[in-house]
Amino acid sequence: MTYQRNLVSLNTLNEDRSWELATYERCGGYTVWRQVIAGEISPKEIVDAIKDSGLRGRGGAGFPTGLKWSFMPRSAAGQKYIICNSDESEPGTCHDRDILRYNPHALIEGMAIAGYATGADVGYNYIRGEFMDEPVPRFEAAVKEAYDAGLLGKRILGSGVDFDLHTFVGAGAYICGEETALLESLEGKPGKPRFKPPFPASYGLYGRPTTINNTQTLASVPMILRKGAKWYAGLGPEGSGGTALFSVSGHIEKPGNYELPMGIPFKDLLEICGGILGGRQLKAVIPGGSSVPVLPGELIMSCTMDYASLQQAGSSFGTGAVIVMADTTCMVRVLQRISRFYMSESCGQCTPCREGTGWLYRMLTRIVDGKGREEDLELLLEVANRIEGRTICALGDAAAWPVQSFLKHFYQEFEYMVRNEGRSMVIETG
Amino acid sequence: MTEDQTFTIEVDGQQLEARPGQMLIEVTDAAGINVPRFCYHKHLSVAANCRMCLVEVEKAPKPLPACATPVMNGMKVFTRSPLAREAQKGTMEFLLINHPLDCPICDQGGECELQDVAMGYGGDISRFTERKRVVRDEDIGSLIATDMTRCIHCTRCVRFGGEIAGLRELGATGRGEHLRIGLYIEHAVASELSGNVIDLCPVGALTAKPSAYQARSWELSEYDGVAPHDGLGSNLHLHVRRNRLMRVVPRENEDVNQTWISDRDRFSYQGLYSDDRLQRPMLRENGKLREADWQEALMAAARALKDASGARIGALISPSATLEEHYLATRLLRALGSNNIDHRLRQGDFRGDAADPALPWLGQRIADFSNNQATLLVGSWLRKDQPMLNHRVRQSQIDGALVMAINPVAYDFNYELDVDIVCIPSAMTKELAGVAAALGVDTLGIEAVPDPAHHGIADSLKSAAQGTVLLGNAATMHPDFSLLRALASGIAAAAGVTLGFVGSGSNDCGAWMAGAVPHRDTGGKAIAPPGLDAAAMLEQPLDLYLTFGVEPEMDVAEPARMAAALGAAQLLAIGSHTSPWLLEHADILLPAAAYAETSGTFVNIEGNAQSFRGVAAPPGETRPGWKILRVLGNLVGLDGFDYAESTEVRDEVLAACADLAPDNRIGDLQDRKPKSAPGEWERVGGVPIYAVDALSRRAHALQLTPDAWGGELRLNTAAAAALDLGEAAAVRVAQGEGSAEFEVRIDDAVPDGCIWLPTAVPGSEALGAAFGPVAVEKA
Amino acid sequence: MSMRSQPMVRVEKCEHKEALFTPEVRAEIDAWVAKYPERWQQSACMPALTIVQDMNGGHLTRELMDQVADYLDMPPISVYEVATFYSMYEHRPVGRHKICLCTNVSCMINGSDGILEHLSNRLGIGFGQVTSDGKFSLKEVECLAACGGAPMMQIGHNYYENLTPELVDQILDGLE
Repeated sequence: MTYQRNLVSLNTLNEDRSWELATYERCGGYTVWRQVIAGEISPKEIVDAIKDSGLRGRGGAGFPTGLKWSFMPRSAAGQKYIICNSDESEPGTCHDRDILRYNPHALIEGMAIAGYATGADVGYNYIRGEFMDEPVPRFEAAVKEAYDAGLLGKRILGSGVDFDLHTFVGAGAYICGEETALLESLEGKPGKPRFKPPFPASYGLYGRPTTINNTQTLASVPMILRKGAKWYAGLGPEGSGGTALFSVSGHIEKPGNYELPMGIPFKDLLEICGGILGGRQLKAVIPGGSSVPVLPGELIMSCTMDYASLQQAGSSFGTGAVIVMADTTCMVRVLQRISRFYMSESCGQCTPCREGTGWLYRMLTRIVDGKGREEDLELLLEVANRIEGRTICALGDAAAWPVQSFLKHFYQEFEYMVRNEGRSMVIETG
Repeated sequence: MTEDQTFTIEVDGQQLEARPGQMLIEVTDAAGINVPRFCYHKHLSVAANCRMCLVEVEKAPKPLPACATPVMNGMKVFTRSPLAREAQKGTMEFLLINHPLDCPICDQGGECELQDVAMGYGGDISRFTERKRVVRDEDIGSLIATDMTRCIHCTRCVRFGGEIAGLRELGATGRGEHLRIGLYIEHAVASELSGNVIDLCPVGALTAKPSAYQARSWELSEYDGVAPHDGLGSNLHLHVRRNRLMRVVPRENEDVNQTWISDRDRFSYQGLYSDDRLQRPMLRENGKLREADWQEALMAAARALKDASGARIGALISPSATLEEHYLATRLLRALGSNNIDHRLRQGDFRGDAADPALPWLGQRIADFSNNQATLLVGSWLRKDQPMLNHRVRQSQIDGALVMAINPVAYDFNYELDVDIVCIPSAMTKELAGVAAALGVDTLGIEAVPDPAHHGIADSLKSAAQGTVLLGNAATMHPDFSLLRALASGIAAAAGVTLGFVGSGSNDCGAWMAGAVPHRDTGGKAIAPPGLDAAAMLEQPLDLYLTFGVEPEMDVAEPARMAAALGAAQLLAIGSHTSPWLLEHADILLPAAAYAETSGTFVNIEGNAQSFRGVAAPPGETRPGWKILRVLGNLVGLDGFDYAESTEVRDEVLAACADLAPDNRIGDLQDRKPKSAPGEWERVGGVPIYAVDALSRRAHALQLTPDAWGGELRLNTAAAAALDLGEAAAVRVAQGEGSAEFEVRIDDAVPDGCIWLPTAVPGSEALGAAFGPVAVEKA
Repeated sequence: MSMRSQPMVRVEKCEHKEALFTPEVRAEIDAWVAKYPERWQQSACMPALTIVQDMNGGHLTRELMDQVADYLDMPPISVYEVATFYSMYEHRPVGRHKICLCTNVSCMINGSDGILEHLSNRLGIGFGQVTSDGKFSLKEVECLAACGGAPMMQIGHNYYENLTPELVDQILDGLE
């Protein structure tokens, strides 16, 4: 079966110099924005359209975007903000990078429209610091193009609409991908998440009502409004409208980013990506970035890539970052590395995460080093269970879920390593 | 739903009343329901990071932190359900995995929130077998000991800095398990409220250094006390073991000091046990001082008092003496025929005595200061002089109030001043007159054309629904204090705000009530003709001086003049400490108990009488001051000196003051000629925070802090250049007949033509008043 | 509950900002400050630290952090907190070329261990170390969002993906 590619957020990808304003406009870009500032589409109509489209946050949480926008007190007096979360740091995820460097204007137009719809006339794009390579310069150049063309700024194209867009560059902290930690970071502090309530729509950046959306989410907005909510919704199954950027990596022949319709069967995705590297056997897949539960190969082969199917299988759509693992993979070592990630990236604020992630990592390291004990496996699970649901932000959950799911599906490997002084079942038994 | 409407929530089956906007923990705390917590503190912002207060809320899938969960109508909460207990146990387990097993050697043991919560809410066995984390300690000064390995990262101390102390010193650097609370760069913390983090820290990470390792909390008896250094009367708990005061912590009083005390109040107790405590009566015989027993000494004192002609006796009483002591001293002097009694030892100008208020006070309740919308400070470094009052002003400023000042130095405040007029001392009256002129008020003949700053102050005061003009310690010491006061009074009245006085000790109100002034008797009745005020007593030397609780070379306005007068006369000194000057010049020394060792009463500057008992044993032969005065009264043959308890004295003086209410209205000022003499160099004096009295001067730990005066004289860059002085150069100051040497510190907070040289510090004994012309040259 | 949206702490305003850094650096920082509302120049703290770190050859010193605090009217401890929270700030000297090698899952299962071994052998250093001539330093980092090109590394600003030992040699040979 063939699937249409690059329908939404990467739709200029195959054009020459896809990131330039001229290219973007040639492909239909900024038509919606021009309609918006001409007063042809009201904020309410925009919000309703996004609701109807079924667009869900692509940053990992999958929260319905239209609903999130409706939380903003659009007509309340005072400054409001729209923020794009381009802090892409979820292991396995690399698609926002491509939006920023290959189709930045889609994001700019999306942010401007989102700002208009939510009453925010100032937007910030928070880009992770490591993206100084291409994404930041490309995005900033695109912003300049837009300003020069009069598409951003004050009284845009003679209308009464203002929209100013600024770039913010991070400095290396996964936790700043959490929306309230991002706000703290933007305010010039360590990126430590805030407790909720209050939610950003009532108390956000500098205490003002704020909406934070992911890069891909915002970059999808222009096309949704251009082609219509129904069109977008119809691309995917019920509850998972539209397309998604899948970052496929790991033991895969053709790793990379693929914009495909939501709901594509996993086996078709696997085929598009050239199958398992070296023709080996599929062992396990993390379907949505390291924070979501791992699924055994057999299980995911019967899933479709959408929220409902993956949730039913015991995982989650997450960021659409598909990490593929072949039968040569030692699952204990992988879990150890994943646990180490959460230990390094924990902000340290709250007790379960600050203390617990380190404890999990140290136990796993002991096991890998051959000093594991039988009771460690149960303890790993209990510690993970004591972190889950007890923390200020979801990083605690994200640290717990891999431990729970790896132990659930690959318990034998852990048991083997504990009983065999750190030797891997995979390497020993092939 | 409005803020006033209440609704009901259910906690553990109990119906509780709640208001919109409250957090669950506020409601449960008010109801006495025990919810464990570490990071929550009612006077700090919510952090919700310890996760100890997790409770079960119906319909919520996860346990929720009570400190950060807003109450909702009909909410059902379970604080001891299996889910809640499991969550609390989990948090406790995580806190203990890296916490060192220091209890046997940790000062916090026995009063440790971690111990208590672990007992109540934790598991009983540790499952952690990895290596525990160790954190290197920083030396953060002489007051607070650090053992940061014990830190549980509640961040109370960090939030305290920004939110209460107004100074961010402790922070949380690093990330994840490398998060470290500390200064990052080792230095002594500078906030005058820093010691409060010792109370805040739930574990033994931050503990009191001066009392480290000296006692276990269960060995200590806790008694109520009142702080003896400034007029706030901050409430204290005194911790005593075997009659010795081991340490001091705050006693909660929402109206005065909330849950805080200044470092001065916390650590001054060290001065009680200095080597130079006066422990036995002493008499001078043939020019030499020798010890005597009480009988002999009291007889000698009584004889001296009887022999002296009444009007030739003068009494200088510390403004921090108790109400009972002021009263008995007043009775004694007046009965002997002298009205020369005064507690206003540092006041620089007594021309306005006839116009004095009935009972000078703060003008408002202390708690009201948090709600003022405009505050004008005149001659006040409120931050260091009355730290807990400054805290209130700061609270008001955060809420949007405008705080303005007219000061002789750009004093460092821990909040923004909307208007800060900094001028040489002799120009302060002109500046204040400028504000008066802006309000159309009588400027007392001072020529003043209001400039934008004056108008700004005037407008802010006028438009405030509630506000104050506060005369501080520097204003009181100023040679034109009466003018400043008259102008301030006019300004306050015209602007519709209150006028306030801060007092110079802990009991100025009590002193006024008792009549420890030359022109008013107990209860405020006018005395005519008045006796000699504190300055006049030294200008017109007398035959016999009685000093009470005073180190004359440090505690009076003009030390050199004092030395001349008291040195030539007979001196009967009643006090707690000896000083080199007293040992050289006093004829009779009678050892009196210091604070915490005597029962008594302080009336704070909002007019509230707070009584206390003696809880620590005074050393040697020391006796309570009030008893000494009572016996002296007996011995000179006075009636009505038969009190058995200090409470009898208190009740008598309070009864006599039944009709005397705090009242700041002043009369007309007759002598309006400005007395400040501008000179080539003007001295800006003032008493440093840890030099205010004998006790604080001897608190060793306080003298090691950044705020302790270190021998320096400050002047700005231009002044230093004009005098060819570099940083740390030696400089000689001459004032009147005396001179002394100090070390230069360049500080651009000092105006041109001024040197900032405190009083009450070593070296200042030879000099004169806090304000006035001086000669300055390279030494 | 108190959630303040303005800084609550008064800071002594620095009187000599013109003496800090260089005119170019000040102009760069000012451009960042201009993006934020008045009184929120603190938001420029992270960009300022990045700029100043680059100016100083790749690492921050206490003096530089204090100067950032002065320039932005922040309490020094607030700057230290930021400078020690984010991974990209260095507090010890780094090489002229800072090699950041990702060892997270996708890179790990695609052979980042082998790339590490190759780099270590070639340069004679491990993670957290600098070559004696100061040319290279090696740092272990988390996911750099280039998983499609695993294994990969970042040197300076540049991403290098789909690494093999040969490619690594080629890249390093081309660096001055």
